[in-house]
Parts: sequence; C-alpha cells; structure tokens
Amino acid sequence: MTDELPRTDAAAHAAGDAHPATGEPLLRIEGVAKTFGTFRAVDGVSLDIKAGEFFALLGPSGCGKTTLLRMLAGFEAPDEGRILLGGKDIAQALPHERPINMMFQNYALFPHLSVRDNIAFGLKRAGMARADIATRVAEMVALVKLDGLEKRKPDQLSGGQRQRVALARALARRPQLLLLDEPLAALDKKLRENTQGELMELQRRLGMTFIIVTHDQEEAMTMADRIGVMNAGKLAQVAGPRELYEAPRSRWIAEFVGDINLFDAESKLRDGHRLVVGTRDAGTLVVAEPRQPVGESRFAVAIRPEKIKLSRRGPVSEAGHENAINRLDGVIADVCYLGGTTTYKVKLDTGGLVQASVANSARLDVDAYSLNQQIVAWFSPDDCVVLPS
Amino acid sequence: MRKVSRLSRFNIASLAIGLAFLYLPILILVIYSFNASRLVTVWGGWSLRWYYEFFGDRAMIEASWMSLRVAVASATIATLIGTLAAVALSRGERFRGRTLFSGMLYAPLVMPEVITGLSLLLLFVALNAERGFWTVTIAHTTLTMCFVAVVVQSRLGSLDRSLEEAAMDLGCAPVRAFLSVTLPLIAPAIVAGWMLAFTLSLDDLVIASFTTGPGSATLPIRIYSEVRLGVKPEINAICTLVIALIAVVIVIASLASKLSSSQGESAAPL
Repeated sequence: MTDELPRTDAAAHAAGDAHPATGEPLLRIEGVAKTFGTFRAVDGVSLDIKAGEFFALLGPSGCGKTTLLRMLAGFEAPDEGRILLGGKDIAQALPHERPINMMFQNYALFPHLSVRDNIAFGLKRAGMARADIATRVAEMVALVKLDGLEKRKPDQLSGGQRQRVALARALARRPQLLLLDEPLAALDKKLRENTQGELMELQRRLGMTFIIVTHDQEEAMTMADRIGVMNAGKLAQVAGPRELYEAPRSRWIAEFVGDINLFDAESKLRDGHRLVVGTRDAGTLVVAEPRQPVGESRFAVAIRPEKIKLSRRGPVSEAGHENAINRLDGVIADVCYLGGTTTYKVKLDTGGLVQASVANSARLDVDAYSLNQQIVAWFSPDDCVVLPS
Repeated sequence: MRKVSRLSRFNIASLAIGLAFLYLPILILVIYSFNASRLVTVWGGWSLRWYYEFFGDRAMIEASWMSLRVAVASATIATLIGTLAAVALSRGERFRGRTLFSGMLYAPLVMPEVITGLSLLLLFVALNAERGFWTVTIAHTTLTMCFVAVVVQSRLGSLDRSLEEAAMDLGCAPVRAFLSVTLPLIAPAIVAGWMLAFTLSLDDLVIASFTTGPGSATLPIRIYSEVRLGVKPEINAICTLVIALIAVVIVIASLASKLSSSQGESAAPL
C-alpha cells in the first residue's frame, strides 16, 4: 500500500506543489521566519497554496502554526521571507490593506454591536452603498442560517450561533483567502462534526481558499485537501490526509498523526524487494524496501494498530505467502473497548508491546479476546513503514 | 441559594451597626440642616432657613461656583490624560521601563496629599505662576488623572485584544479600530473615571489650600475657614447639598460601571 503512494522529493514537499501544471499559486510563502525575543516561533517556512484549496496547518501547541496564520493576516510582520498573494508581496502590509479575512478562535465578535452590525462592519469600512450592504448581510445571514437573529447581541447567542456570526462576518467581504484559527475548538463534539461538514460544503460552494489552523488531527484530516504538519517552527510534511497517515516522513509525524507501533531496527538484510530487519522488541520483521534507501542510518519499523490482525492460531497459511507475513506471538495485556473498535495491547514473547485495533463488526462478542489470552498478532510487510530515527 | 440570601440575626445586627457607624453622622447633619434654630445643637423645628441663607451668601456661592468649575475642568483634563496613559500602558508596544512608568502612575494614589500639595506649591512659586483657578485645576488634575488611568486601564485589561485585531482585519486602520471598537467598549469606564475625578476634586481641601491664591477659595476651604470661627447651621445646609450632588454622581458612576461590565467579560472597579 505504502509504495503505491506518490513519493515526491523533499523539495516538492516543501513547496507543497504536487501539480506544477496548475500554474501560479494563490498564496506563496517563501522562507518566512519570525522570532520573539530568543524564541524562533516560525523558522523558515515555504509553502504554496492554490486557489480554491482547503489547507490545514496542523501541529501541537507552540509549534508556530498560529504565528504563521497571524503573519498571513498581518498581525505580525515576518522577520525574514516573503508572502506573495497573487504575485504581490504583502509581508509588510497592514491587516486592513490585505484582501484576507480571519475568523478568530474566540470569534472576537463586537459585543456592542448586533449580529447584523457585526456582519456589516467590514462592508461599511469598505465603503459599500447602504442598499448593497443590506443585501449582502441578508445573503450572509441566510448562508450561515442565522435568520431571525439579526438584532441579537453576541451575548444573547449560543456558542454555535456565535461561531456562525464570526464566519459570516469574515466571509462578508468576499476575501481572496479566509483564515480560520481553531474555528471549532469551542464547540462540543457533535456540533463540531456537523460544523465541519458545513464548512467544507460552504468552501466548495463558494470556491474560496481556506487556511485552517488546528491541533485536532481528525479535524484536519476530515476537512482539508492538504495538511501541513508543523513542529518547532518548521513544516515537517505537507501532504494529503491519506499520504500523511500512510506515508509519514518522519518518526515524529508518524507518532503525532494517529497511533502507531514503532520498533527500532538493530540490523538489516536485503532480500530481493524486501528488507529483513532485526528488532529488539519484536524479533525479526520483514518489510517492503522503501523507495528511498535507508543506507547506514538508524531507522525504525512502524505499523498502524488497525493494520495488525489478531487471531488465536495465526494466519491461515496460503501457499507462497507464509514467509511474507510478520507473525508475533504474545498474550493480551490490555483490552480497551471503544464502541466501534476495540484496542488490544499485546505483550510479545520477545519483550515488546504491540497495539492492535480491531473493528467490532459483530454485535455479540464472539470475536473478543480476553486478558492474558495467548494470541498471534500478524501483519503484511507492505503495511509497514520504514522511518528514519 | 435561598439559605444564602436569608440573613441571620447576627448578620442583621452587624449590618445595622456598620451602616449606623458610617451614615449616622451624615444623617444627623442632614437633619440639622433643616433646623430652624440658630444654635447648631438645639432643635428648633423644621425650616429651610439655612438654605435661603446659603443662597444669599455671596462668598459661599462664589466658592461653590469656583469648586464646581475646578471639578469639571480638572476632571475633564484628567480623564483625557488618564485615558491616554491607560491606553499607552496597556495597548502600546512593550517599551523599556514600562513597568516603571506603570508604577510611577500609581504613586500619587498613595502619596500623602500634604506632600503633593506642598510640591505643587513649590513648583508654582518657582514658575512664578499666579495662584488661583488654574493652579488648583492643574493640581487636581495631577491627583485625579491616576485614578482615571487605573479605572480605564483595568477595563482595557479585561477587554479582548482580538476585538481590535478583528476590526483591523475587517478594514480599519489602527486608529479607526480603536475609535470604532475599543472606545465604545471602554466608554463606561471613562465616564466612571470622570465622575470619580469630579468628586475627588470637589471634596479636596489639602491640595487646594496649598495651591490656591487669595480671592479664589474653593468650597471646602471656605467651609473649613468658617467652621474655625464656629459652626453656623448654614454649613449643614451646604454640606447636605454637596452630599446630594456627590451621591448622584456616584450612583451614575456605578451605573456606568455596571453597564460596562455587562457588556464585557469582567467588571471595572468602582
């Protein structure tokens, strides 16, 4: 599976442009850096964003994603680098001089203004005629389904309604680029999921370019066309959700996005298109040879929990496939029932611990395993990823 | 909830004693201002005589007029400067010595009035300024602007900075963003600050005595000098009027402050 995914070289990743044929990007970030005191919040980020794209900046708190977004909005000026919007450098332009709008994390609704006046605020500043403002506000109110609430003040609205007002206010000026800073963080889970869908639908319908900042990887995976993972001020990887999950470029990304089992390699042996890897925790593993040779550097073998199968007797042997399967014997050390899936921790006879996620496809627990039960965990070499340490 | 709202007998008693301690002297003063008798301590029936007497007393009326003018002028200037100081300290770039400036702004709050008054007197003498309305106004501005700055700064501190950023994002230049978003939101605190400055100026005796000149006594100075010659019932009438004025101002100020806190996340003091 891993090998079928496109593996572009590092430069193309950094530029974030997998399809050079589409022409000029809407937004080009070139070597942007920002230092606060001695802390380098953003450290040389380069990124291209195409028109109509839904892009997510994902990372742990303090990784620089919000600082990068604030530089796009104009609240911080980069110390180095250029920000080109439609070919024009806007790095030093003030916020009100940019055709970019932002939706703030806490919504930043003006408490002294009604819903209508909040939405109309940016239009008035743009010098729009009164009649046009009224039309546009009505349009926005309908778009975010706030009909009947136009005269309310922000403190008379629920969290979800406030979020809609903030969205309508940011969209009203029809910006070339909409920035969303953790737009759903304040909503509860169910509302968040609904709103995710609505945001995606809205973005597709308006054909607008969205850049969203989030620390929630599920949110980024659900909504974004491409995700830029940031760590310590740098872009660690820019890729689509699937590539990010199935072909992470580093150990850090693999661990940050989703759950993963990692086994440090101690020795390796080439066997045709496969590598036979000796690990301390899981014995000998067979993995597909990565496109980029690992050379002499240290590396780890990684496997996602849902790609590990469990059974009492191990895989049913098929002719010619036996040696292509990684088989690990152990006992169930922990069972965690999550509804849709159950996560088992298997203590391997070789000493390591493996996490396997099994779909609960039957209502009755005929397939469930119990604590301390002898078990065989097995997985295909093709499902493993080789990650440089 | 119901248990909390119900007062025990002990609470009622302590509340009554506390309020009596605070307001009994004032209540007696107000009652005696309606005394018909010439003697301050002897009750001679109800009368508005001393109010008529006051409105006929040219010197007292002049002193009252002087006090009002000084209070309005100094409160207005103090509100302007104090608000600017608060904005600079809480919104401006972090400049070197900002904490020191903040601290220095609060110093006059705790400085004994005698020292403030004396130092201002020395300054005016050194400048060879003619002492009168303007010197008292400047002196009161010095005293009250710190109070305004404190009130406004605390309101600004509780205000979300991203509101201004949102205004800029929606097309406002920084000054415009301040005027159309921040100013309306801190307006109640500014009003409260003005009221506070007004009342402080109105009842100040010490600083005014140091900085005023001949022929321009403020009301507290006038009252104080009259009382030294013996308390006339007329003084009670004047004081009652002053209390009424200050009570009105304080009620307005606290209403403004309440309005301010219901609009924002947290309350301004006062």
